[in-house]
Amino acid sequence: MSRELLIIVAPLIGSMIAGLFGRYIGKVMARNVTILGMTVSAVLAIIVFMEIAVGDAPEIRQEVFSWIVAGDFKVHFGILIDRITATMLIVVSGISTLIHIYSIGYMAEDPHQPRFFSYLSFFTFAMLMLVTGDNFLQLFFGWEGVGLASYLLIGFWYQKESACNAAMKAFLVNRVGDFGFALGIFAIYMIFGTLDYAEVFKMAATAQYPKTIDFIIFGASDTITVITLLLFIGAMGKSAQFILHTWLPDAMEGPTPVSALIHAATMVTAGVFMVCRTSPLFELSQTSLTVVTLVGATTALFAATVGLVQNDIKRVIAYSTCSQLGYMFFAAGVSAYSAAIFHLMTHAFFKALLFLSAGAVIHAMHHEQDMRKMGGLWKKIPITYTVMMIGTLALTGFPYLAGFFSKDAILEAAYASHTTVGMVAWVMGMTAAVLTSFYSFRLIFMTFHGKPRDQHAYDHAKEAPWSIRFPLLVLAVGAIFAGMLGAPMVHGGWFKEAIVLAPGHDAMANAHHVALWVKWLPFGAFLIGVLLAWVLYIKVTTLPKILAETYSGIYKFLLNAWYFDKLYDKLFVRPAKAIGNGFWQTGDVTIIDGYGVNGIAATCGRIAQWFRGVQTGYVYHYAFAMIIGLLVLVTVYS
Amino acid sequence: MLSLVTFLPLAGVLAIIIAARNNANTARYIALIVSLATFVLSLRLLLDFDTSTAAFQFMEESAWLPAFGITYRMGVDGISLPFVLLTAFLTPLCILASWESVQKMVKEYMIAFLALESFVIGVFCALDFILFYILWEAMLIPMFLLIGVWGGPNRVYAALKFFLYTLAGSVLMLIAIIVMKNTAGTFSIPDLMNVPLDFNLQIWLFLGFFVSFAVKVPMWPFHTWLPDAHVEAPTGGSVILAGVLLKMGAYGFLRFSIPMLPDASRYFVPMVFGLSLVAIVYTALVALMQKDLKKLIAYSSVSHMGFVTIGIFSFNQQGLEGGILQMVNHGIVAGGLFLLVGVIYDRMHTREIAKFGGLANVMPVYAVIFMLFTMSAVGLPGTNGFIGEFLILLGAFLANKGVAVVATTGLVLGAAYMLWLYKKVFFGVIHSEEVQALKDMNKRELAIFAPLIVLIFWIGFYPGPFLEIMHASVEQLLVQSHTIKAGATAVAMY
Repeated sequence: MSRELLIIVAPLIGSMIAGLFGRYIGKVMARNVTILGMTVSAVLAIIVFMEIAVGDAPEIRQEVFSWIVAGDFKVHFGILIDRITATMLIVVSGISTLIHIYSIGYMAEDPHQPRFFSYLSFFTFAMLMLVTGDNFLQLFFGWEGVGLASYLLIGFWYQKESACNAAMKAFLVNRVGDFGFALGIFAIYMIFGTLDYAEVFKMAATAQYPKTIDFIIFGASDTITVITLLLFIGAMGKSAQFILHTWLPDAMEGPTPVSALIHAATMVTAGVFMVCRTSPLFELSQTSLTVVTLVGATTALFAATVGLVQNDIKRVIAYSTCSQLGYMFFAAGVSAYSAAIFHLMTHAFFKALLFLSAGAVIHAMHHEQDMRKMGGLWKKIPITYTVMMIGTLALTGFPYLAGFFSKDAILEAAYASHTTVGMVAWVMGMTAAVLTSFYSFRLIFMTFHGKPRDQHAYDHAKEAPWSIRFPLLVLAVGAIFAGMLGAPMVHGGWFKEAIVLAPGHDAMANAHHVALWVKWLPFGAFLIGVLLAWVLYIKVTTLPKILAETYSGIYKFLLNAWYFDKLYDKLFVRPAKAIGNGFWQTGDVTIIDGYGVNGIAATCGRIAQWFRGVQTGYVYHYAFAMIIGLLVLVTVYS
Repeated sequence: MLSLVTFLPLAGVLAIIIAARNNANTARYIALIVSLATFVLSLRLLLDFDTSTAAFQFMEESAWLPAFGITYRMGVDGISLPFVLLTAFLTPLCILASWESVQKMVKEYMIAFLALESFVIGVFCALDFILFYILWEAMLIPMFLLIGVWGGPNRVYAALKFFLYTLAGSVLMLIAIIVMKNTAGTFSIPDLMNVPLDFNLQIWLFLGFFVSFAVKVPMWPFHTWLPDAHVEAPTGGSVILAGVLLKMGAYGFLRFSIPMLPDASRYFVPMVFGLSLVAIVYTALVALMQKDLKKLIAYSSVSHMGFVTIGIFSFNQQGLEGGILQMVNHGIVAGGLFLLVGVIYDRMHTREIAKFGGLANVMPVYAVIFMLFTMSAVGLPGTNGFIGEFLILLGAFLANKGVAVVATTGLVLGAAYMLWLYKKVFFGVIHSEEVQALKDMNKRELAIFAPLIVLIFWIGFYPGPFLEIMHASVEQLLVQSHTIKAGATAVAMY
């Protein structure tokens, strides 16, 4: 087994041992086995990263085994590690290991730990499959695998009705995305005759494909546009982009370590990864890039507006995640893929940090998640407060912390793209930056400052154990330095052949030369946001209530996340049920069975009844019939 | 060799009649041993099977009724062999599943089951039309008895509906067979594949066969017998019904309609696609509303078979191989799901979804296995369901993008009803004492599922060996499907 394969398989082995034999080896052992598997994976991932990304080793390509062969359709399991994958490996394996450790403390009282750790490791395995695959089908394999893990983990506390519903919702909304993704894969195979990245990209680069494809009602359409838009539908589902985002906030029903790992740091970034990985295709379609930009920018702004008024500490961070993913997408849309990956990486650190600190707060408050019941906590849990502050500053783009480098790179690239959509995205992104700063500090102020609003919970709040604190500290270090260390990524060609740019798509190169005010404007946004939050939640604490009452329409609109859930319920869920019932009761029972099957049977019965009536068994009836018959015959033939 | 595989179960029937006078256990053991022996023999077939040729293998021929041109002719190729194996594989599992749940007339039950196995294997091996037809009809009798005698409260209605529905279809097939004999002068299936037929005649023959096969598949709107039959049938009966009997219809398309009537088959592609799409969407939505576990799975079967017929009629290698593989997969997964329902039915004697809830608390192993089959049913990569569905949809996309788009919505709808079912049965808190008292699966039950689970993953990760069996035959079928048999005039018609 090669080293690279072991990176992927080690978590799977841990997961299988914990899952299948957890009840025999005990929860401590099950836990340790998965952590061991993760550590092996993380250490190897770091080694590989050092060789490929820090050193200058060539990309790694391995073929593991042949998966499906049917006619000319051939797909294998393979490994491809270039600089994008190497970066993802660090993020996935590294953060997953930390979260395994964190879960020791966080899940200590849960009776189902082996199951939890098994799912967590299984998730990591699937995510690693996703990022290391060298063809589209393997990407899809990992894609669905993480979807399953997400479903299982959101529904981990399966006795809670809300958790089960959230799990189902996540799976189904993602399936809608997969619907597009699957069609995209079919289209790729139809056009290129293979699903292997290298071959597809090579043919795309040399224009060896039919330029148009006849796509059902759309008629003859640009081939690459069709393919990339279909793929992007998949990305929208997985990365919770506008209109397919509704599952992500509900996913917070899962345990907090899960929210941190899956619904912030890794899985939800899979869509961004996919778009960057297929940059050789996306670059060929301006239409698709425009769509990506607009969807990303819309999400960035939309989720930020909703985040303003949420009261559940995890929901605020969830909408923040949604919004930050939007940033990554519009970066990709303006061809600043390297900035997207860079932000993906820094975001993984500070968002995991934020979630885990929120988890520490929740832990300290005995499973209370409502910020309206918190306040003044900084005195009781100073370490948590400090790391959460670091995370918040990193997210909001405080100078020289992680987000400062990556988010600014995205905004500068959007500005430097010199296209209309680029400018639209820049304006939306800049507005979202103000909102981000506001809701982030609103969270900090409501939770840690002011007076305690629930004295009992406050009195009992205490700092979390070391297994929880250790990962927080590591991530805090990451949130501080990831930006500085990762900054070279956005300089020309760091990702080598992994990212392809079409001629003229030089937003990233120009981003370094934008005017100084463009570079510092995000910091201004940060200041405005902090100031507003300070006024509303520290200085004049009565103001938020007054505002909410004065503008109750807007407030409710935002609180209910633009009423998307209600809309979908009316638009899809209810009609599906009504139609299903109609098909069943009217279609099957009344028409097919009623008129058709049983109708025919009944008609046969009636006819038979009639014939039976004729056969009375009385001789004089028959004799009478014979006489009539005789008379008729005689009349006719005479 | 083929005759041995086919008729060994009938020998078992004799053995039960003679040996197990009134002893239920003897009957059970004889049935189990005989069905296992049949399975071992069928594996022997697999070993000796030459995957490099599309020709029929293990041919047996002897005169039967020479005056009418009827011959006893058997043989298998890469298309029928998987079904012979599937039948031989599922039967012992069904017998094991019926071990305790069937308590009345055990001897007769086992006799019916072995007879059923024998006839079904015969159907897949028969290469003479009359032999085929006799076995096709004979198989109805034991199935009719299984539902009608060992079924649920409404068993008589269900059994009659099943019998008459199928019989009505078969009559048209018989007419088609006789017409073919009169035109071509032979009942030999391999010979008929090469006989040119007039286009109009092909159309009529196709329709005759179509009704018969469409009822068996079942295709919408000929499907309404299936939910009733499944709900009333005992567990073993449901498994064989979903696992094997439904496959006979699709097998009919592969063996007769396409190679013998290629022009008509191509002509009717839009109709088949249309009905299959309706089946996928319509029955998936209906499944969403079901309150009975078995009925839900029955409707899901119709939806899944819609995928199969689309794959077959996409007339390319991916679609055809996907279709055949998906039939095997469906046999494993739907069979498995019915077995799983049987497990809780044996304990609770109800199939009403609302009566359950929170099962994951008391039956964790069962919950995991059920989840596995659920995931295979929704086509999650890594399971067998994915490979089949993916190849079918890929084939469909190559043939007709619109069809592929609509069919792919099945991915979403399929997940919706399966996850809803899972949530209702396994998640939540326990709200009845009956559920609280449930015991997890015992060793016998686990033994039933072990081989199915192995196959789910084997096909999911390494479908090579399974696809290899059919490669040569599918390639030949592909050639046949594109043959123009009707002559130049008829081709101009479309």
